[in-house]
Amino acid sequence: MSAETQTPAALELREVRGPSATGGGGRRFFDLLWLISATEFKKSFHGTAFGYLWSLIRPLMLFGVLLVVFTRIFKFNVPNYPVLLLFNLVVFGLFQEGTGAAVSSVLAQEGIVRKTQFPRLVIPLSSVMVALFTMALNLIAVFAFILIYGVDPKWTWLLLPVILLLVFVLSCAVSLLLSALNVRFRDIAVIWVVIAQVLFYATPIIYPFEFIDPSFLRDVLIANPLTLIFEQARHWIIDPAAPTALEIAGSWAAMLPAIAIYVVTCILGVWVFNREAPKIAERL
Amino acid sequence: MAVETSHDGPAATRGRSFEAEPVVIEARGVSKSFRLSVNKIGSLKEMITTFSQSDYKELRALQDVSFEVRRGEFFGIVGRNGSGKSTLLKVLASIYSADAGTVRMAGRLAPFIELGVGFNPELTARENVELNGVMMGLERREARGRLGAVLEFAELEEFVDMKLKNYSSGMLVRLAFSVMIQSDAELLLIDEVLAVGDAAFQQKCADVFHEMRDSERTVILVTHDMGAVEHYCHRAMLLHDGEVKAVGDPGEVARKYLRLNFESAPSTGGDSLGEVADIVVEDAWLEDASGARATNVEKGKDLRFCADLEAKRDVEGPTFGFSLANADGVEVTGFGVPVDELPERVSAGQRLQVRATVENRLAPGRYIVRCWIHRNRNLSDIVLYSPHVLDFVVFGGDEPGVAYFEHEVHMELTGGEK
Repeated sequence: MSAETQTPAALELREVRGPSATGGGGRRFFDLLWLISATEFKKSFHGTAFGYLWSLIRPLMLFGVLLVVFTRIFKFNVPNYPVLLLFNLVVFGLFQEGTGAAVSSVLAQEGIVRKTQFPRLVIPLSSVMVALFTMALNLIAVFAFILIYGVDPKWTWLLLPVILLLVFVLSCAVSLLLSALNVRFRDIAVIWVVIAQVLFYATPIIYPFEFIDPSFLRDVLIANPLTLIFEQARHWIIDPAAPTALEIAGSWAAMLPAIAIYVVTCILGVWVFNREAPKIAERL
Repeated sequence: MAVETSHDGPAATRGRSFEAEPVVIEARGVSKSFRLSVNKIGSLKEMITTFSQSDYKELRALQDVSFEVRRGEFFGIVGRNGSGKSTLLKVLASIYSADAGTVRMAGRLAPFIELGVGFNPELTARENVELNGVMMGLERREARGRLGAVLEFAELEEFVDMKLKNYSSGMLVRLAFSVMIQSDAELLLIDEVLAVGDAAFQQKCADVFHEMRDSERTVILVTHDMGAVEHYCHRAMLLHDGEVKAVGDPGEVARKYLRLNFESAPSTGGDSLGEVADIVVEDAWLEDASGARATNVEKGKDLRFCADLEAKRDVEGPTFGFSLANADGVEVTGFGVPVDELPERVSAGQRLQVRATVENRLAPGRYIVRCWIHRNRNLSDIVLYSPHVLDFVVFGGDEPGVAYFEHEVHMELTGGEK
């Protein structure tokens, strides 16, 4: 039309590409992610000082029960077992709670998804962010406990962020995959509860890895990326005498399946979510 | 499909010409279908247990829709339920992706598909206004800076730190509307939000729309309310079955819309388009006490319903009846023209005027007027049935139920020595 010739540069028509995972620019994306995560986190505190204690109670109860079972009944003889157990439970909580909340997050935010222009990716990611905040607070208590228990601080503690980053990224990837699929198949959320439970036992959380005899089972565990991450954390944080991830696997080549699973999960999560994002509003 | 475009003509007489303005919203050949599966697979279990591929029914919500809006225009999109106007709005707002065609825009767009979407009841007004601003694409600092203006318009300054779950529904609506109009996006997309709040707030909203109409802002308004279309819009577009049926002067588009509605009588047989009933409703409206056309009625104030009918063919013993149904589709009451006022016959070209005054005992809410025309004084011989002649809102309070009665209630404390 003739008007286009006189259109000033500031009024240039730009194509609207429809809904997407990140649509609307990077700054808006991070602003929204931060605002929504922070408010959801605040909500989980129920607006009280006691809220923090409530969020601690769940891991502490589990910890107490497991501690009694494995030190009094099964009589584990593992150096620093109580602190190892507590640390593992709190860090695994990031994965378990993050993915557990994310899987149905897109469905739960139906109103926003169907009626606003909203970067879809923010929704599952904010669930993982909330779990991250919770874990960060719990870790403070854990490290206080570790010091009181008599574990000396060491320079490898500085590597903790590497461990957390690995768990965080994996949690995000799994969350993306699950939340996108759950829009299509509503029973994913139910199935995931079971799978997450299996993963809890398939990762050396409540037992040290060396308790497993060399066997097929051991090979399966080594293929679980979380196994390597948690064993490396144990070496760095709790007990320098414990084997590293590399020592457990035996060789770099033996670590490949776990690394491959990790990378494929990440790529798959991003790819599936990106592909589903434009259609999410219609399928709800 | 007959697309009639009248850029000049009556539109130019509405005060401003937009021919020289740049196009800021442009849709070209936008199509969108939904696949409605006959046996929808909603879980993995079903996918595994259902061996055959499920059958899909294709619903074409939009077909080759093209239009453009120029800077500063107030553009109305009208159409019946299911005409595709909401889908179009969602495509424009980047909530749905189009199957074909392109949408291009110049400037920032703020969509308002529903008032108060994304409000979090657990948060305070302050936090919600910030969150909403960021959703609309503002920076956090800008969003916070807007708070004062938003609260002032909504008259909610004292409640800034109250959680929204403790707000009354009226307060919520005011906040939501205020957030909308205070957004400083160049392009606004608004879906049916005019009928909100009490009379004073309604007036304020009307003023805002008038202001928007005369400002540089570009507004797309989707609505059923033909009064609003004629009142505010510079141009309007009529959608029917996902196709553009008319673009141009709002008055003309509104009349086409009404005709489409009335012609969908069962007695005309099948297709709602094309065929014309023997008697059609040319126009129907509500009047207030002063005789001016009104779209909303205050609680307790009498309703005056008017309809002008025109006979297209000769009809023996015509009757006319109408009823009021509430938003849930429940018929609240209905009336007919008394027998002694019904003409023996009406011949082609003759007009009938219906004027009805009804005592208004309706509870606040949205109502739809339906009407029937029969022949031979026989209620089973329907000439025309129109399920939605017009709709209106009864405002002023939020009493529950379907009816409102004048009342006096007393309470007294007796007994005891405290």
